[in-house]
Amino acid sequence: MNTVTTGELTPGISLTCVSSEKFKTGCFSVNLVTGLDRESASATALLPRVLRRGTEKLQDIEKIAAALDELYGSYSEPVIRKKGEMQCIGFFADFPDRRHLPGGVDTLKEVAAITRDLLLAPDTQGGCLRTDYTASEKTNLIDDIRASINDKRGYAIDRLIEEMCAGEVYAVQKLGSESEAEAITPQSLTQRYKDLIAGSAVKFFYCGSEEPSRVSAALGEAFSGLAPRPGATIPPTSVLLAPPVSPPRRFTESLDVTQGKLTVGFRLGAAMESPDYNTMTIFNAIYGGSVTSKLFLNVRERLSLCYYASSFIDKHKGIMLVSSGVEFANFDKALDEILAQLDNIKKGDVSEAELLAAKRIAVTGVKSAMDRPSGLEELYFDSSVSAVHYDPEKLCENIEAVTIDDVVEFASGIETDSIYCLRD
Amino acid sequence: MDFYVINQMTIKEYEMIGEKVFSLVLPNGLPVFVYPKAGFHRKYAFFATDYGGADRRFQLSGKWNDTPEGVAHFLEHKMFDTEEGNALALLSENGASPNAFTSNDMTAYHFTCIDNFRENLETLLSFVSVPYFTQESVEKEQGIIGQEIRMVEDDPEHCLYYGLLKALYKHNPLRDSVAGTVESIANITAETLYGCHKIFYNPSNMALCVAGDLQPEEIFETAEKILPKERGESPLRDYGPEETMQPESMSFTAAMEVSRPIFLAGCKTRPLPGGRANLRAELVNAIALDILAGHSSPLFVRLYGDGLVSTDFSSSFESGSGAAFTVFGGETNEPERVFDEIKDEIRKLASRGPDRGLFDRIKKAALGGHIRMLNSFEAICGSLVGSYFRGYDALESTEVLATVEPEDVLAFYRDSLSPDDMAISIITPKGEF
Repeated sequence: MNTVTTGELTPGISLTCVSSEKFKTGCFSVNLVTGLDRESASATALLPRVLRRGTEKLQDIEKIAAALDELYGSYSEPVIRKKGEMQCIGFFADFPDRRHLPGGVDTLKEVAAITRDLLLAPDTQGGCLRTDYTASEKTNLIDDIRASINDKRGYAIDRLIEEMCAGEVYAVQKLGSESEAEAITPQSLTQRYKDLIAGSAVKFFYCGSEEPSRVSAALGEAFSGLAPRPGATIPPTSVLLAPPVSPPRRFTESLDVTQGKLTVGFRLGAAMESPDYNTMTIFNAIYGGSVTSKLFLNVRERLSLCYYASSFIDKHKGIMLVSSGVEFANFDKALDEILAQLDNIKKGDVSEAELLAAKRIAVTGVKSAMDRPSGLEELYFDSSVSAVHYDPEKLCENIEAVTIDDVVEFASGIETDSIYCLRD
Repeated sequence: MDFYVINQMTIKEYEMIGEKVFSLVLPNGLPVFVYPKAGFHRKYAFFATDYGGADRRFQLSGKWNDTPEGVAHFLEHKMFDTEEGNALALLSENGASPNAFTSNDMTAYHFTCIDNFRENLETLLSFVSVPYFTQESVEKEQGIIGQEIRMVEDDPEHCLYYGLLKALYKHNPLRDSVAGTVESIANITAETLYGCHKIFYNPSNMALCVAGDLQPEEIFETAEKILPKERGESPLRDYGPEETMQPESMSFTAAMEVSRPIFLAGCKTRPLPGGRANLRAELVNAIALDILAGHSSPLFVRLYGDGLVSTDFSSSFESGSGAAFTVFGGETNEPERVFDEIKDEIRKLASRGPDRGLFDRIKKAALGGHIRMLNSFEAICGSLVGSYFRGYDALESTEVLATVEPEDVLAFYRDSLSPDDMAISIITPKGEF
């Protein structure tokens, strides 16, 4: 149904175009992809938020909001993502399709111009990003970093990653850390800005009803200020095939919580030498990624040990996490069962019915994502920064071809690395 | 409404947004809406009754009935039980993602799926229309819902909201939590549930809406095949004695586990008339609030610039269950100061009227918002059914919006927002007194 074209606007700057008439809106994103780094992660995360405060032409949020309202309530908002050991920042713009607007206003072109200004023509003072905007967004960023403790489930996952990957870049959080954020000045932020604009790999994505040639012309012209960067590549993510130490490390932390959180981290093993993302997806759906999974049906439903227990995989980094909410008294029993269910898969205890249910859920997930512009954007962006190329249009077909043997083989190399308990 | 004729399919075209809706009223009184969306993988069904948490006192066959707080929500939980087992599991096993919710004035059951839509639709229609409760299963659910009630009582947003509504209203059942209290649900029996199901889940008090790459005829046939043939009586509802425009009390405060204070302030307005005038009023009020407190308003820009509010600052107009009110809220370190600024801004706008340029821009943005909404099956079906229950068609929004003028907005500031009659609810972090 969708026609997908991929090409380069200029060396080092790619554009993926999904042409579809089925949505009422068009959208595009512009992403600067850089290596995750402890010293600069907070500044990198802060940057799009400061840029969003004012441009040379539209000097404050009121003027920016007015310009976007004028374009029938279009959006252009900061995006900050962590993918493996990459940090990706930019803007996601979304606008009503001109087919449905009075006078056929060219929303793509107009919103591209505003987004270009946000990215390339910020309001400055003496050659630096504005002091007031930097200070105010710095406060907001620090508030957000501190607020991570409000969501105990997410907090337990972040803390496990920090401990398990201590010494690896992957331990750095998407928004960086409070102390790094505190140290940012308008001068240091401006330097970070210049480095990123000049050297990062840049990925554009578009989805909507316009012809690819028109999209390429519109975005190419708007962002002609981004110089060609022939050498720019996607930064690599280093993958540990096995836990660095044995036996598994255990970490326990106390907070004022009524429900305990048990989070377990695994390394995926030899399967990461040439990862097959389709088998990875099906393995995860069978183990703990769905309501028909072994973790859900056993740890939660059969034994009532957890309020929730689910697994997810970072395909770029080659790690799997199991996250669960448990009564303090049940920590050990729940952990035993989480590990026993993994062993069952390794022993080949996977039924055709489980495989089928997993495939159905995985295919539904992919197809549902393809029914949303933001879902398409996430799929194509992820594929564009993956070490092993995959084609989102062929995902469903390839998922159907996975066998039980593939899943068992994939599971065979998975080893427990670390265990994190959050309790009272 | 004019375009609904029993057993005759109607095709309504909306030129501006390039869409059409097929509808049919079955002989049992149930309206069925089909919103065809070619090219999508997902399919969505939304089956709802015009019955929510606030519908506690109603007249039937000339006699008034009073029911405990929380029956509509309790019923929603218990409907998934069937004589054969559980409809939630059945739908999940057949590839659907089912869910349900209860609001003040509606209970809705819905699912999305990619394949097997017809079978899943049959399951949905069947479990919602055939009640199956035992005293034992009702008692078990009292424990489960009791836990849910305890959990939401720990939720700061929940306490903030009901703190304000209890301050605003003296009688209207909106002031009580949709889920009820542990004490109120203890009074619910299997008999209560059967009674309310019979009254409110009759097809003429319900509506069905589906969206996706679907054939209308097939949907109409399925609904007619599965659902009961009889229409029921339409119950009259009572939401208590008429309220004054003044709040019952001026403020509510509590201390809870939050990292910064949160507040919600608001005032009552007169209930909306119903019908197309209702749609127009909703659109006018939404524009008026965006001009007053939206993210491009002078008020928001000033408060954000001073670090007083964050991007979660918002306002909304809500109506239904014999009431209507406006709220403003968000995180802030200085709730009272933000409250004063809001009241001052209302006074300013009520005396000067809206800036013409701002009005025009906000109106354009509102049009874009209604177009964007059409990407979401959930939003389309929810608003088609919700508006049907209130006697209008939400898909006419883009056309009606074109008729909104600055004078309408000014009238809202002058007649519906009364700064002196506003109440405020505040939740502060624990241990900061």
